[in-house]
Amino acid sequence: MTVETHLPDAQRHWLRLALANRSFLTGLIITALIAAMALISFVWTPYDVTNLVVADRMKGLSAQHWFGTDHFGRDIFSMIMVGSRNSIAVAFVAVGIGMGIGVPLGCWAAARGGLVDEALMRFNDLVFAFPALLSAVMITAIFGPGAVNAIIAIGIFNVPVFARVARAGALALWPREYILAARAAGKGKALITVEHILPNIASMLLVQGTIQFALGILAEAGLSYLGLGAQPPMPSWGRMLFDAQTRMMVAPHLAIFPGLAIVITVLGLNLLGDGLRDVLDPRLRRER
Amino acid sequence: MSLLEIENLALDIGGTPILRDIDLTIKAGEVMGLVGESGSGKSMTALTVMKLLPNAAKARGRVTFDGIDILAAPEQAMNQLRGDDIGMVFQEPMTALNPVKTIGEQVAEGIRWHTGASRADAEARARAILDRVGLPESKFPLTRYPHELSGGQRQRVVIAIACALRPKLLIADEPTTALDVVLQAQILELLRDLVDENRMGLLLISHDLAVVTDMADRVTIMRDGAVMESGETARTLSEQKHPYTRQLAQASVHVPERAAAPDTSRDLLLKVSGVTRDYPLRRASLFGAPRHFRAVDGVSLMLNRGQSKALVGRSGCGKSTLARLILALDRPTSGSIRFDGEELTGRSENELKPARRNMQVVFQDPYGSFNPRHKVERLVAEPLHLLDPQPGPAERREKVAEALVNVGMQPSDMDKYPHEFSGGQRQRLSIARAIITRPRLIVADEPVSALDVSIRAQILDLFADLNQRLGVAYLFITHDLTVARAITDEVLVMHDGRIVEEGDTGRVFDAPRSDAARALVEAAPDLQRAIARRLAAAG
Amino acid sequence: MAAFILKRLAIGLATLVLASIVVFSVMEILPGDPALLMLGMNATDEALAVLRNQMGLNDPVHLRYLAWVAGMLVGDFGNSYTYSTPVIELIGERAVVSLPLATISLALSTLIAIPVGMFAAARRGRIADTSVMGVTQLGVAIPNFWFALLLIYVFAVWLRLVPAGGFPGWGGGVWPGIRSLFLPAVALALPQAAILARVTRSAMLEVLGEDYIRTARAKGMPRRIVLWRHALRNAMIPVLTIMGLQFAFLLAGTIIIENVFYLPGLGRLVFQAITQRDLIVVEGVVMLLVASVVIVNLAVDLTYALVDPRLRSRA
Repeated sequence: MTVETHLPDAQRHWLRLALANRSFLTGLIITALIAAMALISFVWTPYDVTNLVVADRMKGLSAQHWFGTDHFGRDIFSMIMVGSRNSIAVAFVAVGIGMGIGVPLGCWAAARGGLVDEALMRFNDLVFAFPALLSAVMITAIFGPGAVNAIIAIGIFNVPVFARVARAGALALWPREYILAARAAGKGKALITVEHILPNIASMLLVQGTIQFALGILAEAGLSYLGLGAQPPMPSWGRMLFDAQTRMMVAPHLAIFPGLAIVITVLGLNLLGDGLRDVLDPRLRRER
Repeated sequence: MSLLEIENLALDIGGTPILRDIDLTIKAGEVMGLVGESGSGKSMTALTVMKLLPNAAKARGRVTFDGIDILAAPEQAMNQLRGDDIGMVFQEPMTALNPVKTIGEQVAEGIRWHTGASRADAEARARAILDRVGLPESKFPLTRYPHELSGGQRQRVVIAIACALRPKLLIADEPTTALDVVLQAQILELLRDLVDENRMGLLLISHDLAVVTDMADRVTIMRDGAVMESGETARTLSEQKHPYTRQLAQASVHVPERAAAPDTSRDLLLKVSGVTRDYPLRRASLFGAPRHFRAVDGVSLMLNRGQSKALVGRSGCGKSTLARLILALDRPTSGSIRFDGEELTGRSENELKPARRNMQVVFQDPYGSFNPRHKVERLVAEPLHLLDPQPGPAERREKVAEALVNVGMQPSDMDKYPHEFSGGQRQRLSIARAIITRPRLIVADEPVSALDVSIRAQILDLFADLNQRLGVAYLFITHDLTVARAITDEVLVMHDGRIVEEGDTGRVFDAPRSDAARALVEAAPDLQRAIARRLAAAG
Repeated sequence: MAAFILKRLAIGLATLVLASIVVFSVMEILPGDPALLMLGMNATDEALAVLRNQMGLNDPVHLRYLAWVAGMLVGDFGNSYTYSTPVIELIGERAVVSLPLATISLALSTLIAIPVGMFAAARRGRIADTSVMGVTQLGVAIPNFWFALLLIYVFAVWLRLVPAGGFPGWGGGVWPGIRSLFLPAVALALPQAAILARVTRSAMLEVLGEDYIRTARAKGMPRRIVLWRHALRNAMIPVLTIMGLQFAFLLAGTIIIENVFYLPGLGRLVFQAITQRDLIVVEGVVMLLVASVVIVNLAVDLTYALVDPRLRSRA
């Protein structure tokens, strides 16, 4: 007897599908590795990233410094490790803000309809009218640069995204017969939303969550590049790219590795999201 | 030589066997009825002839059309055949037409492709065939888009596309299943006329034995991917030699045993008076007055304790809207609904609780009726929410077990998920959920329409049984007169939002007085009548 | 149709009004006294008071808001503190860089993405599809400014085909201008093209599963013709939606890309204005960008109606 037999049928089925899905598996492994790297950086990095060793500046790749050193002689690999914390934290909290505010808003609008719904849609129009990065730049400029303000700026733009996804999902569910049956059983809209709507749009939200997570990492990198994200001496991937730009003629490796870190992280999250969608959406599953 | 010969056909999709040993022939001008319950493989047989199978499908055996080996024919040869020599009509008219192209473009496209005719010639021919299928130019110019047409009209366009080039063989896959009985009768008549005029062979696929008996010269009866019996229609269905044929025929006309209509003690349970429901329409112009669509128009009805009443009517007549109003899932624009002596309209959800406890609902779709993420115990127990005080966990399980036993399921089923059950079993679960609070009234909205005939017979028995044992009253909403006749004492006929006739079920169906009721009765397929007609025609 | 257009117009207008209130309020709560900023730290109190009066800074909030909006409507965006020139002139100078940049990248991304997406959809599950989708997966993950750095390194530093940055202006002819906009446009366009190609592919696959595709095939139309005649137009609706959203991304993208390539465009102008607290410029440029997003989305909505007759007849 294996452990699997203790799982309910539906879950065992899910697990088997998930492990057979190449995107999901690749994405999961990449994401897990990046997360592990961020966690390890709290207790260990090859070099201390606050330690400036001028003698070692702008070294190329070597056994001592796998990815070389920067213009202050800091170890690039260590900086990428520490920088991942910042990227992940900013994107994660920003997604949390978006979900935490957007999902209840979307569910509320779908349940109430009428003016509430119209107001939410107009609010969405308003937020989407501001190019996200432009507003992020404005917000961080008003409240000053820094990781916390970057989180707020990116988080605000996740709110309408999640509101929209939750609303669309909930609207599709409300006319279903099992919702009508629940209403005939005297359940109120709030209770039905918690018992029936949320569990059935959860997978959709999860998929959107991974996509927004990936976009959050890109946005954070953009803000840091402009100098509006995490402030030195805290290393961040975007800032490292900014520092690399003027020195690219002599030391292209300065630009290569932080960029690759961003690409791999975003790629991993996108693969995870695609895989999740394939596994969770039975309609698409049939197409493969 | 026959027009279509299928010999020894076997089909598997991605390794799963779908069809085995299929033999079927159609002669020119002959109507072949292909009958079977869901999953019997009848649609896949048709798609094999068209070679429009999913990519993973593998067919073996021999399919010969007009001397051409279909299974071996290259795609290009099939493109020559499809739409020219073989036409096909599908089940779902609402989605079968491209929403962004006019009906003229869609009919003319095939004509131009196959004949190389000029645009003007092709359009003239498209015009002619649309006229022929009952879409005259004055009301249906070529420039109409599909969304401007009703379901029945769209099915006529699909038939026009399929018949534009007078194919030798027409395949119609459940062409009327999505339509109401009156439209069904019209479309079937159109198909029959087209077949006669052009000496086309017709492969008519249907789950409805009565429809096929009415239309087909010969029938083939399929089950689980294999042919059970085939032969001349009149003989096959009158003799019913094969046990499965007999089973199907009996299930189609099944009437549950019910004691004589219970002494309706004149104990009034539900009284609907002058109920109207308007839905706002989009404004015609920005400054025009807001317009309304009146779905339910001044309806009054009464239902006594333990009584079983049918509400019948064509699709879109407002019967489902009326059901929702009675269930207090929607609010009437005007009028009053009294249940068990209590007024329901304008009440808050909390005030409605006692009424909801005594009034439950069963829906049509056994697959959409349950939250797929919950176990049966939780699903069936949902209405217990209405009890005051709430039962404890042990009592809850006890009540669920009792309800499951009442509908012929096992108490142990409560720990399973809904996807582990078949359609018929799920409908039993729906009924278990409806009776768990021991309601006085169950509103059932097309509760057997989505079920295969043999399952339908069992569910009708269950409804009859619960009516006897628990004394629960029914309001049965259905478009199927056979069902209404089988299970109800009285009937209400609804048309364009109004009740146009009511009375004893047998009396209304035998001698309808209103036009709407007469149209329904005349259009309704009836297996026994159809067999009798066939036998008479055969002499 | 008319009602549909009017409703969309009304929504667009409402969005613009709300946006102007938001922008104005944000600028109001920003710390810093514009008059002080203009005159510098050594200004006398009297000079400050006079200037504040001149600028209308002592008027009530709602009057200042109305004056601002009224000014914008006639093209008067006020004067920049730092450049001491009318904002409208600054915008004019910078728009001749940003507008061509955005147009070229949008065109580039559309022209690449739609055929690629259709190609992949038509070959679903085959090697061509899997490899094309692999490339787009990578494209989606690449930050455009990093991609820009790589392009600079390869084409400007290494191959020396194009300048690494800066903008010569249109005075010296069209070609030098286009040449210096080429890399920035590619850097902006390719990641967007990757997204658009994926959307096109999945929209096409969705449509190819519809019943009316089967009807068309049952008419005898070959798969390829059905793809072009029946599937493409139905698949355009989600594609157009994404293109509308991408325009906003593109505008925002110019902020970073113009910084990478030292291009004197609107993005760089607004970024510098924010860091220098040149609020009048920020207000004006932000409103201009918001207005263009609203207008583009309006255009997308109207294109829906052209593509889909169901929207057209919805009275």
